[in-house]
Amino acid sequence: MSSQTFKRYVEVGRVVLVNQGEDSGKLAVIAEILDHNRAIIEGPSTGVKRQALAFRRMNLTPFTLKKLPRAAGPTVIKKHFEAAEISKKWSESNWAKKLQAVERRKQTSDFERFQIMLLKKQRRSVGRINLAKSKKASA
Amino acid sequence: MPGVSRQHKFSEYLVVGRRLPTEVDPTPKLYRMRIFAPNEVVAKSRFWYFVGQYRKMKKGTGEIVSVNVISEKKPLKPKNFGIWLRYDSRSGIHNMYKEFRELSRVDAVHALYQDMAARHRARFRSVQILRVAEIEKTEDVRRPYIRQLLQKNLKFPLAHNRNKNFRSEFQAKRPSTFA
Repeated sequence: MSSQTFKRYVEVGRVVLVNQGEDSGKLAVIAEILDHNRAIIEGPSTGVKRQALAFRRMNLTPFTLKKLPRAAGPTVIKKHFEAAEISKKWSESNWAKKLQAVERRKQTSDFERFQIMLLKKQRRSVGRINLAKSKKASA
Repeated sequence: MPGVSRQHKFSEYLVVGRRLPTEVDPTPKLYRMRIFAPNEVVAKSRFWYFVGQYRKMKKGTGEIVSVNVISEKKPLKPKNFGIWLRYDSRSGIHNMYKEFRELSRVDAVHALYQDMAARHRARFRSVQILRVAEIEKTEDVRRPYIRQLLQKNLKFPLAHNRNKNFRSEFQAKRPSTFA
């Protein structure tokens, strides 16, 4: 498949984000492809134990460990994972930042939500004032 | 883990049985059989069913010596299995050979029963497993649907991927499913 339509492939060494179950939100690496629906994944640096997981329970990230051999064990995966600085790249990505923001929003207290409400009000009022001004100017 | 029920659907049992000892034959010959069954009771029952086809033995005049579960040696290594089976269709009896790529013999057998139920509407009672063998060499894999998974540097895209967990149930925007 040489077309540019797809950018992320299921392949050995692909870094995935687990999105269901106890490992939800953790990164792991595809060690071996089992079939069209499942792969063996492991994340020794992130605490995801070796397991067969369905593709519908994970998301492919843009990162790959290019030189990872097929069916690599935890030590080899860890070595490649850390050499490629995946954790650092991940935490800098917009995707991870968005997830973090969602997590922060979930943890807000009642008072914090009140403060957010005030700040949002402020932001809206700035927009409205500017709109009124521009309407006046054009009228 | 993909489905807990899947793991416990079948177990592989090693059932050993013999005729009851008599004065004529105080130490009857032992017969052992590897049987895939959902539980021990079914495993023992299948043992008497199969052994009756080969030897003049029955439950009333025999005994089960032992029933042990055989567990998989490497349950995290993908393996290719060939399964030979006999299947009782509505119009006759057929022999079949199928291949599965799974993590254990038990998983392969479960996949087989699912497959037989789906394609042939065959229930557990009409499928007899003759042999389950791991295929060691890639050249020995006969079926194209397994062979295609064994290519070197296999890779494929996921054309439709839903990110279920990180979204709320109702959204103003349609999700992007394009990976």
